[in-house]
Amino acid sequence: MTVHHPSLTAIRPWRYVPSIWDTLIFALVLGVVALIAFGGHETIQPLAVVQRTPISLDPRMLPYYALRTILRMLAGIICSLIFTLVYGTLAQKSRRAEMVLIPILDILQSLPVFTFITVTLVFFLKLFPGSVMGEELCSVFTIFTAQAWNMTFSFYQSLKTVPKDLSDVSDSLRLGGWRRFWTLEVPFAAPGLIWNAMMSMSGAWFFVVASEAFTVGANSITLPGVGAYVNAALLHEDLGAIGWAVLTMLVVILIYDQLLFRPLVAWSQKFRVELSASDGPEANSWLLDFFQRARLAQRVFAPLFALPSAVVRLRLGRPFRPSVVVTRAWESRTTDYVWFAMISGAGVWTAWQAVIYLSKSVGLADVALVFGLGLLTLTRVLVLIALASLVWVPVGVWIGLRPKWAETVQPIAQFLAAFPSNLLFPVAVFLIAKYHGNADIWLSPLIILGTQWYILFNVIAGATAIPNDLLEAADSFRVRGWNWWRKVALPAVFPYFVTGAITASGGAWNASIVAEVVTWGDKRLEAHGLGAYIGDAMNKGDMQRSILGAIVMSIFVVLFNRLLWRPLFDFAARRTALN
Amino acid sequence: MLTTPNPTPLPPLRPQPGEVMLDVRGIRQAYSKGGSSTLLVLDNVNLQLREGEIVGLLGRSGSGKSSLLRIVAGLVRPRGGEVTWLGKPIDGPPKGIAMVFQSFALFPWLTVLENVEIGLEPLGVPAAERRQRSLEAIDLIGLDGFENAYPKELSGGMRQRVGFARGLVVHPQLLLMDEPFSALDVLTAETLRTDLIDLWVEGRLPLRSILLVTHNIEEAVLMCDRVVIFASNPGRIAAEIKIDLPHPRNRSEPAFRQLVDDIYGRMTNPTDPKLRAEQMRPGAEQPGGGMGMTLPHVSTNLLAGLMEALLQPPFDGKADLPEIADELTMEVDELFPLAETLQLLHFADVAHGDIRLTEMGRTFVDGDVDTRKKLFREHLSAHVPIAAMIRRVLDERSSHRAPYRRFSEELEDFMSEEFAEETLAAVIDWGRYAELFAYDEQSQSFSLEDPA
Repeated sequence: MTVHHPSLTAIRPWRYVPSIWDTLIFALVLGVVALIAFGGHETIQPLAVVQRTPISLDPRMLPYYALRTILRMLAGIICSLIFTLVYGTLAQKSRRAEMVLIPILDILQSLPVFTFITVTLVFFLKLFPGSVMGEELCSVFTIFTAQAWNMTFSFYQSLKTVPKDLSDVSDSLRLGGWRRFWTLEVPFAAPGLIWNAMMSMSGAWFFVVASEAFTVGANSITLPGVGAYVNAALLHEDLGAIGWAVLTMLVVILIYDQLLFRPLVAWSQKFRVELSASDGPEANSWLLDFFQRARLAQRVFAPLFALPSAVVRLRLGRPFRPSVVVTRAWESRTTDYVWFAMISGAGVWTAWQAVIYLSKSVGLADVALVFGLGLLTLTRVLVLIALASLVWVPVGVWIGLRPKWAETVQPIAQFLAAFPSNLLFPVAVFLIAKYHGNADIWLSPLIILGTQWYILFNVIAGATAIPNDLLEAADSFRVRGWNWWRKVALPAVFPYFVTGAITASGGAWNASIVAEVVTWGDKRLEAHGLGAYIGDAMNKGDMQRSILGAIVMSIFVVLFNRLLWRPLFDFAARRTALN
Repeated sequence: MLTTPNPTPLPPLRPQPGEVMLDVRGIRQAYSKGGSSTLLVLDNVNLQLREGEIVGLLGRSGSGKSSLLRIVAGLVRPRGGEVTWLGKPIDGPPKGIAMVFQSFALFPWLTVLENVEIGLEPLGVPAAERRQRSLEAIDLIGLDGFENAYPKELSGGMRQRVGFARGLVVHPQLLLMDEPFSALDVLTAETLRTDLIDLWVEGRLPLRSILLVTHNIEEAVLMCDRVVIFASNPGRIAAEIKIDLPHPRNRSEPAFRQLVDDIYGRMTNPTDPKLRAEQMRPGAEQPGGGMGMTLPHVSTNLLAGLMEALLQPPFDGKADLPEIADELTMEVDELFPLAETLQLLHFADVAHGDIRLTEMGRTFVDGDVDTRKKLFREHLSAHVPIAAMIRRVLDERSSHRAPYRRFSEELEDFMSEEFAEETLAAVIDWGRYAELFAYDEQSQSFSLEDPA
């Protein structure tokens, strides 16, 4: 008798014949590699060359600019991913590191993203004098700051909730930390991490576009990219060019979505821990299907996958188990107090330094003024979230209850959320200027322009998830009209709405920095608010004032989250979650 | 097809037949529960495991038997005492011990083959040999044909077979099993048990000994050479029973039934001083006049259901616990808390493996909804001190309201936070059913308000 195992059976020879799928996959891979090589080469050009070549408004240049923007985005994601893996792991493995790292992450998350540019631009420019690398890094760093915190939180939460039995079995098999990380922790966190990366990338397009043409005092960035193109179009009052840029951006986001994130989300489903075969809607990706059908391509690219799997299998030392005495001492309360004292010491000292630095040019009157402006922006955010909710909740419920519609509208809403709304600002300015509108009122909708879609697609998801028997029960008991909304629809979508609204309001605060001051050629429109204050201070290179503004804004954001969204979220989880 | 597996390579440290492999001495385990208080889960546990033995740890949930298994597996360190494995103290998961989990604990993103292979990687086995040995283990355990399937494509029984294959592939000398069949349906569990015992009896398992945690008495009698009965609060060994029946064992044999009856009797013996703490009887020997009783959170529907089943033929008011467990397909874990709650409420008497409905129990079953509620209310106030106290406090206060914390703190004088929480959850549930008091989850307060 011979042994026959499916896994040992050689793949039948005809499978090596290239298929149509193989051809497509090869074309795709070669194309992507070539483009990355080309774009990468362009990135390391000396600064002088870049400055001599101004942004051209010729639409034919747009594919090239788009490529540069895409590569920046890619670099940002990779940086965020590395940061996430390291930071999240540290925070989870060490209780004491966690005490420091998680609150820091919470604060970083609520700081307006643009503040980071103010602080880091000079640093990056000094790091690579005479090369465009410094500006590129600054732009990549902005993308990083728009994505990393969200991803890190997701990863950290996943690490915290690794199933106990899988953790036990890894210990029992003596996998060791390194192997355990790649076999258990990263796969377990993958679905959440990939989903969050996709979501935060939606926000990041906004910032990559803004960071390509940015001025901080005497230092300004102009990087070849779609954002810079739009900026040039603004200066030249070229509405047609802006139309082309919008079109390009739509295509770019579509490419990213189809070639990167759809396949990743579909692939990451295999890492879901629910052991039942069907759970929730299947995510599909034509690209993943192609690849899985392309036998030859799989064989050819197999060596590429062999390297990571060999790295993962490395045996990095034995599991370290310190002696009982050391463990007891390390875990004791006393060590906790020492650690706590050290941290609070460092915290107080840093805060004191910050106060000294700020008080050089900022007085109490400034602080009061900034808080007042903060209240103005807060009002804007509140009113607009309320207005957007009034519109999108009913619409979302209506769509979500009609599967055919939901299937079509859902991807569009997600897509619109990813679209950098700042590309559309010029149109608004053009209109306001033409009809002499009040900037304080008519600039306000811009801060919610890009983020309202989060409310829509979350509500759609919520309405889709309402169990059918619940709807039928309501129907058979003749629950109708306002009563139906109050007893059935609104409670059912509430948790989803809160999730969407939190993201939307976070995005709105960030957007206010660029939305409260907008220019069109030599026309300049300014609304009163904290966003305008920070934007203005940054353009003037006034470090103290931009930091003051940023601090006040994060205080507002933190309080807003703690006092409004967190209680609502808890309430939703406790009372209206349907599982 | 592979018909026989390759002979197992002998491990270097092969113990003599009958030699002590695992020695557990004076194990004490406790968890701190905030503040200075600790919860004692194991107290002075001594146990020896010899080569060629299958030993079962039997007890209800919370008796610390799983904690002991995790200590032996090297997953947690005990607070006191020592465990030696082949003469060396255990510090971290030792070589030669493998574990099978109740929940299977398979990596959903790895195929069956990969799930099995992963156990060999840390041993530094070369890739080709890993593959070979894994396929052998998969064959042995009856999984051939499923090598490339993902766990979510398999049924529960097949998943647990993967768990066994992963445990066996490393050729351990001791296999630890933590309630390995309790997540499976009755038929599947039985097939797996007999398959495993057949392999063991035929000497085809690369094993020297098995330590099994279970709360299924019949399972213990079916598989084990020795059964160690655990008592809870704190967890400790109450009795040891040797089982000399030859394999394969037959559940319907009189000797088998006798052993099962015997164990049920021992676990419900009202005069056994070692089990006293498990009997929920308010009395002088209880601290705080019965306030220190921890109550299991069992639903009033189940209580009523059990009483109804007891009154019907063939039981007619009195049943052998193993028989009624069989009839209702309940395990010790589910049945004992119910039986004991009925006993506490004086609706039934439990002793020596029997349960008998009291006169009041019969009245309850025969009554309509209002009679039942009234009777339950009376018994609840009379026999459950914490329920009586809640009612008294509410009556005394002019507002007729009292916060949850008022009573949870009272209970925490006698028990851990978790037990206090479960006890209050039980009392809230029973009190609501009896309409003794109302509870508002939102404001976390008790009241006498009747929403009607």
